[in-house]
Amino acid sequence: MSILSKEEAQAILKKALSFSKADECEVSLNGSEGGNIRYARNAVSTAGDMSSMGLAISSTFGKKTGSATINEFDDASLEKVVRRSEELAQLAPANPEYVSLEGPKTFAESITYNPVTAAINPDIRAEAVRKSLEVAKAANLEAAGFLENTTSFRAIMNSKGLYAYNKDTDVSFSVTTRNQAGTGSGYVSNSFNDISKLDTLALTKIAAGKANGSAGAKAIEPGKYTVILEPLAASDMLSNLVRGFDARGAEEGRSFMSKKGGGTRLGEQLFNEQVNIYSDPFNAELPGATWNGDGLPVERTSWVEKGVVKNLSYSRFWAQKKGVKAIPGAGRIIMEGGSASLEDLIKSTEKGILVTRFWYIRSVDPQTLLLTGLTRDGTFYIENGKIMFPIKNFRFNESPIIMLNNVEALGKAERNGNMIVPPMKIRDFTFSSLSDAV
Amino acid sequence: MLQSVPVIGRDIAMEEALIPIDPALKKRLADIALNAARSKGASYADVRIGRYLNQFLTTRENRVENISNTESYGMGIRVIANGSWGFASIDQLTEDNIARAAATAVQIAKVNSKLLTEPVKLAPQRGYGEVSWKTPIEKNAFEIPIKEKTELLLAVNDVAMKGGANYINSSLFLVNEQKYFASTEGSYIDQDVHRLWPTFTVTKIDPKSGKFETRNSLSSPMGMGYEYLIPKKEEEIDGLFTIYKNRYNMLEDVTTATRHVDEKLRSKPVEAGKYDLIIDPTNLFLTIHESVGHPSELDRVLGYEANYAGTSFLTLDKWESKKFNFGSNIVNFEADKTQKGSLAAVGYDDEGVKCKNWDIIKDGILVNYQTIRDQAHILGLPESQGCCYADSWSSVQFQRMPNVSLKPGKAALSPADMIKNVEKGIYIFGRNSYSIDQQRYNFQFSGQLCFEIKDGKIGGLLKDVAYQANTQEFWNACAAICDEKDYRTGGSFFDGKGQPSQVSAVSHGCSTTLFKGVNVINTGRKI
Repeated sequence: MSILSKEEAQAILKKALSFSKADECEVSLNGSEGGNIRYARNAVSTAGDMSSMGLAISSTFGKKTGSATINEFDDASLEKVVRRSEELAQLAPANPEYVSLEGPKTFAESITYNPVTAAINPDIRAEAVRKSLEVAKAANLEAAGFLENTTSFRAIMNSKGLYAYNKDTDVSFSVTTRNQAGTGSGYVSNSFNDISKLDTLALTKIAAGKANGSAGAKAIEPGKYTVILEPLAASDMLSNLVRGFDARGAEEGRSFMSKKGGGTRLGEQLFNEQVNIYSDPFNAELPGATWNGDGLPVERTSWVEKGVVKNLSYSRFWAQKKGVKAIPGAGRIIMEGGSASLEDLIKSTEKGILVTRFWYIRSVDPQTLLLTGLTRDGTFYIENGKIMFPIKNFRFNESPIIMLNNVEALGKAERNGNMIVPPMKIRDFTFSSLSDAV
Repeated sequence: MLQSVPVIGRDIAMEEALIPIDPALKKRLADIALNAARSKGASYADVRIGRYLNQFLTTRENRVENISNTESYGMGIRVIANGSWGFASIDQLTEDNIARAAATAVQIAKVNSKLLTEPVKLAPQRGYGEVSWKTPIEKNAFEIPIKEKTELLLAVNDVAMKGGANYINSSLFLVNEQKYFASTEGSYIDQDVHRLWPTFTVTKIDPKSGKFETRNSLSSPMGMGYEYLIPKKEEEIDGLFTIYKNRYNMLEDVTTATRHVDEKLRSKPVEAGKYDLIIDPTNLFLTIHESVGHPSELDRVLGYEANYAGTSFLTLDKWESKKFNFGSNIVNFEADKTQKGSLAAVGYDDEGVKCKNWDIIKDGILVNYQTIRDQAHILGLPESQGCCYADSWSSVQFQRMPNVSLKPGKAALSPADMIKNVEKGIYIFGRNSYSIDQQRYNFQFSGQLCFEIKDGKIGGLLKDVAYQANTQEFWNACAAICDEKDYRTGGSFFDGKGQPSQVSAVSHGCSTTLFKGVNVINTGRKI
């Protein structure tokens, strides 16, 4: 059993701290339980069940810190790990960027734990996968997929009296369906806090539709096109962007948020005015913890408002150095959309390309955040508001910064992975070359 | 696929890492597992008792950022029962726990066997009795005091900062896998595997333009001990600047890097178009990894990775034809898990198969793939090629890439000779951005340093260079390969595969190689 209650975790952490002889000490306890099923060639390939728990401790003398971990929780083991971290602290060089630990706080109760999701067992997973396989076989397609669920808890306590606890659940599912000739492929990927929202049958039907719809793909000329990005494709592009909303890298002059001559682009209109991005631990589809590992509260934070960058994250050290409030990093983000459906966006398009997802995205130029990658699993040509035919996949070279400047329309946002993002219509998206890959 | 650093395990004292566990104890524990599995109805069983040690040191400018020293210890039991695989792992190695884990593995196999469509077919494999293997290191990197290692990294940083760099990060990654394998075939294999990777990134900013440039180290991750960091003149090649073979001079490389990053800020943008590319092993190794190594993994071809990195264009019919021109007739790729100093070198793989070497591409033709015991029959092979690996005792072993290397040219040829014959070209060093599609056709790579070649002479550095090609067209454009004297291995320390994902480490050897008429794009944009 690796999931402890708030009181059980508190007892262990209190005991560990009681052994501390350091100037400052922080202890954390993490546990997780879960399972997965992987399938390929229309059959289960591997399945596993995992359970683990560990304790980590950092002891500090002056500005010298040592860390140690252990996975046994009897008194003797707790004392042993405390001593280990203290010995390492004495050997460590002083860290000029060490910041004194946070004091006690009250954090709001999060909404991250869903008991129905926590109750997922191997039979429930097997049944979910069975439904997916049934759809694939009925459509004469070959399916490969992955279903994984996790229940975890985290608790931190420090020598200044801070104590925080959080428990969360999540389930994620993805499936690739391919036709027998290898000429068509479709993919779906979704994550949920509440498993009752996961319908593997419906999702596999969508993937199957894309697989059958993408056979007979035609090659069209690479170039700049209007694209309709499904939420999955949009989230593929945006994850790199959000990581860069950090003050230190920007102020050091080495990120896309740096300003020529010094300073950052905070407060500038970096994107189209339709772009609004924020994070909120109380979002029902994408809930998060209300505190972070540093013991700072995580609150609703606005990152971009009407295209203007409103905030950058500040570590405790950098905030102290700059005399501002520390702001935890973006983590899970929400981009606001409109009310249009994906179909509405397609209908409004005279000439464009519908993209299901992007693949093998890597940074090409950190200065402009230029990324390269490819389309995959369902790429279609749109003309006069209708999908005309499937097209061969493209390699793109585009920056999400430029992309969010070229927003024409945003649809209704939905959760994809660790983001809530709308389907979006973007003009002048750069496709550089064709790929033969299906 | 390359991915981020896994840091799993419990922190231990530096000294603890140096005490190996007695093989006799490991044999006793392994036999408990094998006997328990057999008694529950397994027709085959194997056990891996693994002790995985990792030491990661990271620094920036004049500060040590983090020192992490972790150990993960436990046992993984894999069985076949009723024709199906089952697996379970345990970290507290008591007799009862081991027997219970073995029983769980057999139970999982029996449950899964009800859904079986293709029963497991294992290639024959003899037992070796009690044998052992060690990476032939000269100095155990874990025995070197932390202070000496951090002092080296801080000295490297100091050189860069004094040379005018604005920022520098430098790191050292060390891994020691102490693996014990036993199976019902009659093998008890004790292995001690070492690898390391020293690396840095130097950053310089031009305050007037607001532009910043970086230059990464031109070191390679190696299957070696700390001797890799002790420079040796015989292991250096003098070309446009000094480049390193089996010994690395980190202080010298950072001096050169600091000069390079300054030149990069003043480099001119490339004009897009077709160029002859001379590619140094420090860049080409990654192109080999993505466009040759991955598509020849048999399980990808069969569809087992379709939901993650995809499949492969090297379908079985191409192999069966014996006529598929993967590359020009001077292109020969050899797979191995034996090259001294390489990341994938080991005595026996993670299912007890003795490691060897074999051809994948011969005279440009696709002749073979990479297999493990339950795949060998698909190609009609009499035995597995020995590609089985798990990144931990707690993860299931499966097919992972062996070293895949381009054989050097037979005739004498140096990079200097090669440059003389190029009219319009680019000479590329170091890995940078990388991307390839889900069947390994279309790829795009950039480099750390891209020198212009005009009329047989080297010009200045070019910026915003990326080369884009189709795999088969690219390798068929291979026009010349330098000889053995230039041969070097590059490698990936953290290659990702599987769901949930596992890491593995793999090397790719080659000499400087010439490709004619490759498409180069200019990646510069304004934001």
